[in-house]
Amino acid sequence: MQSQATYNYKVVRQFSVMTVIWGIVGMLVGVIVAAQLVWPQLNLGEWLHFGRLRPLHTNAVIFAFGGCALFATSYFVVQRTCHVTLFAPALAAFTFWGWQLVIVLAAITLPLGFTSGKEYAELEWPIDVLIAVVWVSYAIVFFGTIAKRKTTHIYVANWFFGAFILTVALLHIVNSAALPVSLTKSYSAYAGVQDAMIQWWYGHNAVGFFLTAGFLGMMYYFVPKQAERPVYSYRLSVVHFWALIFTYMWAGSHHLHYTALPDWTQSVGMIFSLILLAPSWGGMINGVMTLSGAWHKLRTDPILKFLITSLSFYGMSTFEGPMMSIKTVNALSHYTDWTVGHVHSGALGWVAMISIGAMYYLIPRMYGKTQMYSTALINTHFWVATIGIVLYIASMWIAGVMQGLMWRATNADGTLTYSFVESVKASYPFWAIRLTGGVLFLSGMLIMFYNMVKTIAGEKAYNAPVIAPAAAHA
Amino acid sequence: MADFVSGFWNMYVMGLVALSLLFCLFILMSNNKRETGPVELHGHVWDENLAEYNNPLPRWWLYLFWITLVFAAVYLVMYPGFGNSKGVLGWSAVGQYETEMRAAEARYAPIFAKFQGMDVAAVAADPEAQGAGKRLFVTYCAQCHGADARGAKGFPNLSDTAWNWGGEPDTIKTTITGGRMGMMPPFGPALGGEGVKDVANYVRSLSGLAHDSLRAQRGAELFQQNCAACHGPEAKGTAAMGAPNLTDGDWLYGSSEATITETVSNGRTNRMPGFGEFLGDAKVHLLASYVYGLSNTKPAQ
Repeated sequence: MQSQATYNYKVVRQFSVMTVIWGIVGMLVGVIVAAQLVWPQLNLGEWLHFGRLRPLHTNAVIFAFGGCALFATSYFVVQRTCHVTLFAPALAAFTFWGWQLVIVLAAITLPLGFTSGKEYAELEWPIDVLIAVVWVSYAIVFFGTIAKRKTTHIYVANWFFGAFILTVALLHIVNSAALPVSLTKSYSAYAGVQDAMIQWWYGHNAVGFFLTAGFLGMMYYFVPKQAERPVYSYRLSVVHFWALIFTYMWAGSHHLHYTALPDWTQSVGMIFSLILLAPSWGGMINGVMTLSGAWHKLRTDPILKFLITSLSFYGMSTFEGPMMSIKTVNALSHYTDWTVGHVHSGALGWVAMISIGAMYYLIPRMYGKTQMYSTALINTHFWVATIGIVLYIASMWIAGVMQGLMWRATNADGTLTYSFVESVKASYPFWAIRLTGGVLFLSGMLIMFYNMVKTIAGEKAYNAPVIAPAAAHA
Repeated sequence: MADFVSGFWNMYVMGLVALSLLFCLFILMSNNKRETGPVELHGHVWDENLAEYNNPLPRWWLYLFWITLVFAAVYLVMYPGFGNSKGVLGWSAVGQYETEMRAAEARYAPIFAKFQGMDVAAVAADPEAQGAGKRLFVTYCAQCHGADARGAKGFPNLSDTAWNWGGEPDTIKTTITGGRMGMMPPFGPALGGEGVKDVANYVRSLSGLAHDSLRAQRGAELFQQNCAACHGPEAKGTAAMGAPNLTDGDWLYGSSEATITETVSNGRTNRMPGFGEFLGDAKVHLLASYVYGLSNTKPAQ
């Protein structure tokens, strides 16, 4: 007798476990670079120098931790909401091993100093080619699964995952176009201010699509699932989806205010960044309001705490971002730690917290259970992580505004009041607080790792049976 | 100057910007229904229990969206942003820079101008001028020479009495105004490994540092043949070409045998940028006085 068809949980399981592991690795490197700012003597040799570890940190947390979380959740969600098993399972397995290879190659080449010098796109061309191949395979698996779905409508989470997959392919291929001169060195296909513009078109959309659209896809599945409530508004999801993906494309030039970039490009970047406020908040509203009628669950369910807090941080950073894109504000905030704080309120508060919440939902289900080993430890993780984020963001706000004000302060004769090094010296206490915040956040991940090991230990891998779609309501 | 190579790109950009704004408008208008009565579920169910209400767009959110769209349109009228349009305010980043620079010039120039007619030594003795000079130094020079002017490897110490290019007031002004380009050619190929070591030992002997006397003796001969043209037969240096005095115990790159060997083998290239055009004569004069004052502490009476 033929056994019942099951969802392909294997690749989800692999990506979920690696999400936690790469999260720890990436955040550990983050803690090391934060410590190097407090104690410069920790720059031990060229391989462990800040300049080489910093891109390793960003690549590890964005593409290894965030990437694995996105692969895991999108593969899980697309199967369950299309009511079919994954299309092309061999290709899905390839995306797992291919992505892990990309991460390992990044971890080797970045400390060795091989870099294309483009922020968040530092990896050299052979690795870029591998990323492109993995990403196209990912698109085939994802859209192939959508194509063979058993439902008439595509669930909203899949719109966001789909937009994220398509756009990241486009961004990566265009921005990484380069002329190789050897296996480990290439030169960008673009020059001067055009190169800068392409880079930040990529860079900001990496935020907009990799770190926002993809994670909104995650939100649209795990928030209603965990809250056991319907999504607040279908109509709002339509409006904010289209507005978000249409306007994000324009916003990149706000990274190049007051540079050689033409004035019109800077203006357009600024106005579309401001327009982005409402579409971004649309996602936050839809997530938070999904909880109406179920607010009491926040008291007892730490997974829901992670998910809802992540939406609060999402709302906060997507308010802060448009404000920082205003030229007058940017003139103060740019090049300071304020930017670093803004990025981390998004990266720790939004991206990491929603991923952590989703993983706490996913991991037990990958082993036929519905609960992690310890709910109390999830709660502990939540508070440790939240305090860590608050310390991080608050210290960077103060340091950033202080640096901006010190750099522009002038004496009565027009000379600068402070030398640069004085602003560095004044930043030390805040860098120490930031380090504390980072250590707390990393500690939370270690608690999660322990909880994960205890949940998995001795359990058999599980693949849930494919369920038939329910009859439509109306 | 136009930002576009042809009128086509101007139209293209205007078209895309307008399309994007109109698209936002369109999705807002087409979903802007005020519902009456209870909110229904949208009618589809996924994965057992995933469903969607169809609540109307929150009004306050809708107004927020409208405000940003109106702001965008107004901004594009006021400022450059819609293709080649300059905006009705006539603002530009370059224009803003020039305006601010003109205002700063008008405000600060007199402060520096009053020292311009004075002799460098006299300015160096003026406490007010020294304060302003120090502030200029910390702003423009400290990045390389250090806030205390004591330099670093490759960046000369300005607080001592050793001068590679000369420490006369006018020479210091020339250095600041035009910058300096110092170049010592590599002697590794000409002298060979042993020859370089011999020369390095001789150079160390000149300022009384520990050395191998046999090597120094051989090095002295090589020095006269290869190095004396710039550093002089007595190794006292030639300020006109920036060739340092090798006998005074002052070292730009370091005095260890390894460092001197590296210098002789590979040569050195060093450059200080010129500040004359950027700062103007008055500030250069004040800076030169400040630097002069650092090593000429006895004020000229």
